[in-house]
Amino acid sequence: MNYFPDEVIEHVFDFVTSHKDRNSISLVCKSWFKIERYSRQNVFIGNCYSISPERLLRRFPCFKSLTLKGKPHFADFNLVPHGWGGFVQPWIEALARSRVGLEELRLKRMVVTDEGLELLSRSFVNFKSLVLVSCEGFSTDGLASIASNCRHLRDLDLQENEIDDHRGQWLSCFPETYTSLVTLNFACLEGETNLVALERLVARSPNLRSLKLNRAVPLDALARLMACAPQIVDLGVGSYEDEQDSESCLKLQAAIRKCTSLRSLSGFLEAAPHCLSAFHPVCHNLTSLNLSYAAEIHGSHLIKLIEHCKKLQRLWILDSIGDKGLEVVASTCKELQELRVFPTDLHGGGNTAVTEDGLVAISAGCPKLHSILYFCQQMTNAALITVARNCPNFIRFRLCILEPHKPDHVTSQPLDEGFGAIVQACKNLKRLSVSGLLTDQVFLYIGMFATQLEMLSIAFAGDTDKGMLYVLNGCKKMRKLEIRDSPFGDAALLADVNKYETMRSLWMSSCEVTLGGCKRLARKAPWLNVEIINENDNNRMEENGYEGRQKVDNKLYLYRTVVGTRVDAPPFVWIL
Amino acid sequence: MSPEEELQSNVSVASSTRNIVGVLKEHNYLGLSDCSSVGSSNLSGLADDDKATISLKATELTLGLPGSQSPARDTELNSLGPAKLDEKLFFPLLPSKDEICPSSQKNIASGNKRGFADTMDKVPVYTEKNWMFPEAVVATQSVIKKEVAQNIPKGKLSTTNNSSSPPAAKAQIVGWPPVRSYRKNTLATTCKNSDEVDGKPGSGPLFVKVSMDGAPYLRKVDLRSYTNYGELSAALEKMFTTFTLGQCGTSGATGKDVRNETKLKDLLNGKDYVLTYEDKDGDWMLVGDFSWEIFIGVCKKLKIMKGCDAIGLAAAPAPRAMEKSKMRA
Repeated sequence: MNYFPDEVIEHVFDFVTSHKDRNSISLVCKSWFKIERYSRQNVFIGNCYSISPERLLRRFPCFKSLTLKGKPHFADFNLVPHGWGGFVQPWIEALARSRVGLEELRLKRMVVTDEGLELLSRSFVNFKSLVLVSCEGFSTDGLASIASNCRHLRDLDLQENEIDDHRGQWLSCFPETYTSLVTLNFACLEGETNLVALERLVARSPNLRSLKLNRAVPLDALARLMACAPQIVDLGVGSYEDEQDSESCLKLQAAIRKCTSLRSLSGFLEAAPHCLSAFHPVCHNLTSLNLSYAAEIHGSHLIKLIEHCKKLQRLWILDSIGDKGLEVVASTCKELQELRVFPTDLHGGGNTAVTEDGLVAISAGCPKLHSILYFCQQMTNAALITVARNCPNFIRFRLCILEPHKPDHVTSQPLDEGFGAIVQACKNLKRLSVSGLLTDQVFLYIGMFATQLEMLSIAFAGDTDKGMLYVLNGCKKMRKLEIRDSPFGDAALLADVNKYETMRSLWMSSCEVTLGGCKRLARKAPWLNVEIINENDNNRMEENGYEGRQKVDNKLYLYRTVVGTRVDAPPFVWIL
Repeated sequence: MSPEEELQSNVSVASSTRNIVGVLKEHNYLGLSDCSSVGSSNLSGLADDDKATISLKATELTLGLPGSQSPARDTELNSLGPAKLDEKLFFPLLPSKDEICPSSQKNIASGNKRGFADTMDKVPVYTEKNWMFPEAVVATQSVIKKEVAQNIPKGKLSTTNNSSSPPAAKAQIVGWPPVRSYRKNTLATTCKNSDEVDGKPGSGPLFVKVSMDGAPYLRKVDLRSYTNYGELSAALEKMFTTFTLGQCGTSGATGKDVRNETKLKDLLNGKDYVLTYEDKDGDWMLVGDFSWEIFIGVCKKLKIMKGCDAIGLAAAPAPRAMEKSKMRA
């Protein structure tokens, strides 16, 4: 390869797109490092505090797309207080000052401001794609800037963000001459939408492929929108509250029949139960169905819809579908690859909508299943062992038994054996979440068998430090480990400090680690940022002189970094 | 043992465990043929080779681990004697003989306890009766005592000891179940809308942001976790104590006055701060005009304002407040 001119090598590298692969080729030799550096188009930064914008720009001067993730995963469940960090502003400012021709920005769990969005919209002439997932801190005013200034915008994809809806006119800020929209997702906006502006925008967007509406878009507007966008591939229905045979309903049915390219359906944030029948004509082509917000639709209607969806690959649904419904899925959806079953009743009020039987049925009926997220009230080892035998291809296996410490409901044993079978059978398992009653044993299995495991979520499990040690010692590819309410302490934390350099991050909350232990770790490992998130009476511990031995009632989050301590931490975050 | 010694001994445990694993991987890929094959429902899913591999790997990993019978607990932690360990005792996945399993359960338990009672002063947690995490309730206590092997078919289990006491009032654990707050709030809104029609109260959590004048960052509270204004007020006091104290002239959060929790209350009662909320129409109102149930239905955001800033608030919306309360009555 060294005899080829650089342009040829670069051309070959163009075919290498995955981040891991590109990282690998950059390590081969100095010349490849240099070529790869200048030709890298897409940069992925899994932890925004692991590196600085300046260093990013020094290494990759020519990238077009940046993906940044901010807060740790458990922030999704309110375990990280407001103001912790993850601010995108310094990144946008640094990129704006540089000569990078940014075209795409994808952010997850970051704090975005209207000022930042305004700066973004003005700084990059060719900016095409903005994807914000679980972000917060901005309002529809920021969206108005994006709409007004980004002439070549293709994608505006807002997934599950907390956006201050000023009920303004951001949709009408798209210029009349603007026709390049491909993706528009504003399902997470809570306020009213300017329907006229929306309809005009959709009507002048011939390339529109994905449209996800918020709950303020009523049925008649939906009918009109679909009539002007029959080419749509991915639809998120906002609101469907109407009488069964109203004129709008009929118009919608007529429009739907023309949407022969429709492959993905979601939304139904406000839905009359009978509404799904309007979509039956397009079901046979659907590959993705997300009804996990449609709390008002009864299980029987869901089942009637799914019976027509023979090509379904991805299904997100509520547990109101029941075990019977999952059996229908198992017998109908032979192409199913990913299933998520969410709980309707979050307080475990004894509603046993789905049980281990539903999971077993799915595993038996869907040979291509590789990703599952399953919330349920009860589980057994026997069921998990059967699932493992039926489906050895799991890449992601996340089981959440709603009641912490719940054992096998038939044998009252811990669920160690069941999860053990899963990790032993699924040799490609990359992500695992465990729940129910679990002892150190399950971690022994995980350490022994889950050789490809990259992310592990543990809650209310284990007995002693050995549990955590099994995982740290055994899972060589571990990148993210997050633990809550489990009895792992300083001994496990400090056993192998170098391990954390091979991982992206470690989270431990309500465990047995002490402040002294964390401080020892921070001293031994200067390449780590060891943060304690402290929400309670912080200073009692230090004052009373118990700092060494008193349990950290708060949260430990540590991550590797090449840029040292961050400067934007709020006072309740102690960086050791 | 002092923390340092304890740390070192455990560090050596960890590293020796790692060494063992390394050693194991080099030698033990061949399946063992000497495992007894008692039929069991649990094992049906595993291939014979895998069973064998498990058995060998498992036994030799038992460094100071459950199942070992060596009496001297301390030496066990430091010496690696795989040869001493009885492979049949250890691995529940193994098709081991029935009579061994119950004792293996007990040995696991006792082995665990002795070792860790010696090295870590955690007696309360790791007692004879309850070798699991203490919060694991009565229902699980019987696991050790029962003479039950993993591989006994369902029907034959003795369930006499199985005192499953369901937790009385399920306290809401923060961040559990692990469902994104966006999803929780969205479902709550959907349920609330439909329940308003039915007249039933909503059941999901209701998170609203709480800001305070002068505080550097916001907090969030779940309104449904309180049942009246008093509880909300107490919770907010606790949350925002540090800020007002900072403003009282102590040096940030390290002042000795931290423990004086009555200060905020005094401040609130002394009308230095008032609690206000933003309702569905975007108006800022004083908290307290409506009944608690109505309040949580309309409150979108909370704000702790300085008394002087809120004076206008008290007076102006009064007529509107009356109107609104008429509408809602």
